Amino acid sequence: MKIKILGMGCAGCARFEANTRLALGELGIAEDVEKVTDLSDVMEYGVLSLPALVVDEKVLSFGQVLSASEVKKIISKELD
Amino acid sequence: MGIEDLARWVSASVFNLEASSRASEAVSFFIIDSIEIFALLIMITLIMGAVRYVVPLEKMRDFLVAKNWYGFDLFLASSFGAVTPFCSCSSIPLFIGFLGAGVPLGVTFAFLITSPLINEVAVALMVGLFGWKVTAMYVVSGLVIGVAGGYILGRMRMERYVESFLQGKRNGGRVPEARAKVFSREAGRWILREAWGVIKQVTPYLLIGVAVGAAIHGYLPKGLLERYVGQGNLFAVPLAVVAGVPFYSGAHSVIPIIQPLVEKGVPLGTALAFMMAVVGLSFPEMMILMKVMKWPLLVSFFGITAVGMVIIGYVLNLIVV
Repeated sequence: MKIKILGMGCAGCARFEANTRLALGELGIAEDVEKVTDLSDVMEYGVLSLPALVVDEKVLSFGQVLSASEVKKIISKELD
Repeated sequence: MGIEDLARWVSASVFNLEASSRASEAVSFFIIDSIEIFALLIMITLIMGAVRYVVPLEKMRDFLVAKNWYGFDLFLASSFGAVTPFCSCSSIPLFIGFLGAGVPLGVTFAFLITSPLINEVAVALMVGLFGWKVTAMYVVSGLVIGVAGGYILGRMRMERYVESFLQGKRNGGRVPEARAKVFSREAGRWILREAWGVIKQVTPYLLIGVAVGAAIHGYLPKGLLERYVGQGNLFAVPLAVVAGVPFYSGAHSVIPIIQPLVEKGVPLGTALAFMMAVVGLSFPEMMILMKVMKWPLLVSFFGITAVGMVIIGYVLNLIVV
């Protein structure tokens, strides 16, 4: 699964990235997270607010700085 | 009653401060204000969380695309802006998303102007520190600046100054967000998470702001600032706005500082103009917006908003005296 984080550098986006990496670590997912910061790339996904979590090109969450456990829940659900 | 006694007791016994000494004043102020503010904050973030759950950004956007109503959409956009939180990270996706879906430029600006100025944290703080009347005046001012600014910017027909590479993107409704019914447990969880997120993020800066405010309250001699920015100085308001631009801070940090300043003699309009400039106009936001707006549009946006703040500052000074 290809995991991306959309964010453009504010504190919330950095926290979200940290939480997501933590969640992936706990789930044992080895793949690295791709951080998308370029504006036109971010806009491709059509989100209205950041940060956003994208898995296999599907936007699973946006506009919320999810905690690590919430990210884990979302990704686990996606894995099923 | 109650909280004040507690505060006085704490300063006296815990810190061993002489009652009515400056330090004791500062500590009491800090304790009283912090408690009041937190109570309000919790209440209001929960309410706002519920509102945002029921009317998420996409719905607001779609609503603004469909309606025109001879300018009422400007008021609507401003009101929506007041209700949404503001992260400078979100201003661009929002800007592009709204435009891409077909929301007119002026209307989008109305939203963009009001969003940082009015948010639930600002309102909670202002009610706690200034009371309902001043808060109402502030909210109305923010909406007026949003509507007027949006209207003017819309009329200037500056669509061509939006970065062209973004014009083609269709961003409407690509992200379906399934919302459970309002009174479900899932909704409750979402709302709590949203409210908690805001509280967690805002609290450290808030406490710093209240601490600075407490210091000002306890230590700043009354009338010192009045000489420089009091009613006598006609340029105080524009200066306040200009002074506010280089600083960026959320409303939650600035408001606790503004209140003691007003107590010490700074006219309310001048103080609020400064606050609006700090919160509503910022270099970080400008840097980000520069990526999607050519500078004539950006300058117009900032200029018109700043002028609006100055006008409001003067008006409030006149009304409140």
